[in-house]
Amino acid sequence: MTVGIVIVSHSPDVARGAADMVRQMVGDNVPLGFCGGNPDGGLGTSVEKILGAIDAAWSEDGVAILVDLGGAETNSEMAIEMLAPDRQAKIVICNAPVVEGAVMAATEAWGGGTLAEVKRTAEELSPQ
Amino acid sequence: MALSLERLVDAVSSRIIAAADELTELDSAIGDADHGLNMKRGFEAVLADKANILAKPLPDALKAIGMTLVMKVGGASGPLYGTLFMTLGKELPPEPTAADMARALNAAVEAIKARGKADFNNKTMLDVLGPVATHLSSGSASLASIRALADESARATIPMKAIKGRASFLGERSIGHMDPGSRSSQIMIETVCDVLEGRS
Repeated sequence: MTVGIVIVSHSPDVARGAADMVRQMVGDNVPLGFCGGNPDGGLGTSVEKILGAIDAAWSEDGVAILVDLGGAETNSEMAIEMLAPDRQAKIVICNAPVVEGAVMAATEAWGGGTLAEVKRTAEELSPQ
Repeated sequence: MALSLERLVDAVSSRIIAAADELTELDSAIGDADHGLNMKRGFEAVLADKANILAKPLPDALKAIGMTLVMKVGGASGPLYGTLFMTLGKELPPEPTAADMARALNAAVEAIKARGKADFNNKTMLDVLGPVATHLSSGSASLASIRALADESARATIPMKAIKGRASFLGERSIGHMDPGSRSSQIMIETVCDVLEGRS
């Protein structure tokens, strides 16, 4: 198994574009889910869409979520809490830029990194 | 309480929906200009689900409102207001007293702080909900004093510098504008007071 990657952006276009960049790097070797937009499709985020993206990227080795701005993080945390406890324990939100973080995280995941390693790699991009 | 739940749901939803333009305008000054639209979407969904919500006892009805807001609002205010209503639902008995309300609102304030990783004086909804919760705990609150405090607290966010949310990106430039989340919280509190007083 490989750690899965989820991309959550306020913009459906950014989410899709970041996912394209991940695919270009790792092909179909990493489980990937992405979503963007509020429930009406405008800029924003949606708990329901995030739950769908987590499902799409699900891996028993864990799932790393990359988010862009505040609401994406808050809604992702809410989505995680709505899952069964055994799943919750296998999901992390990375404190990293969404596009660069997703590509770096996916590359680490493809190389066999654990969930903690994937998160650490993505977070190396953030100023400490 | 059970008698007026429908009036509360109707009144809070319709006031928030009616205030959508005002909330969005406040949010356009210091944020991403979606608070009014997001809250409108959330409370329209609450109204659409009203029959189901009202069929439940008060605690479950509040939880259902919270879950609807979480799923439909589409901004950070979804989980934040969702947490408010879900915590009230968790803490309140089916027929709450004023003391129950005080305890439940204080619990909700703590839950919102945790959810938003925020504190008082960050220029958020907490700057209205916090003072009102504390006031309720004093045991000397009247509907008039609660209404006045909520209004005063929302205005008190105007000179604050935002520490949380999109407005914090503006730094000093966030000063001089009312926080949209504190305004929506104030509208809800004012509406509840109006309903309890028979004005709405």
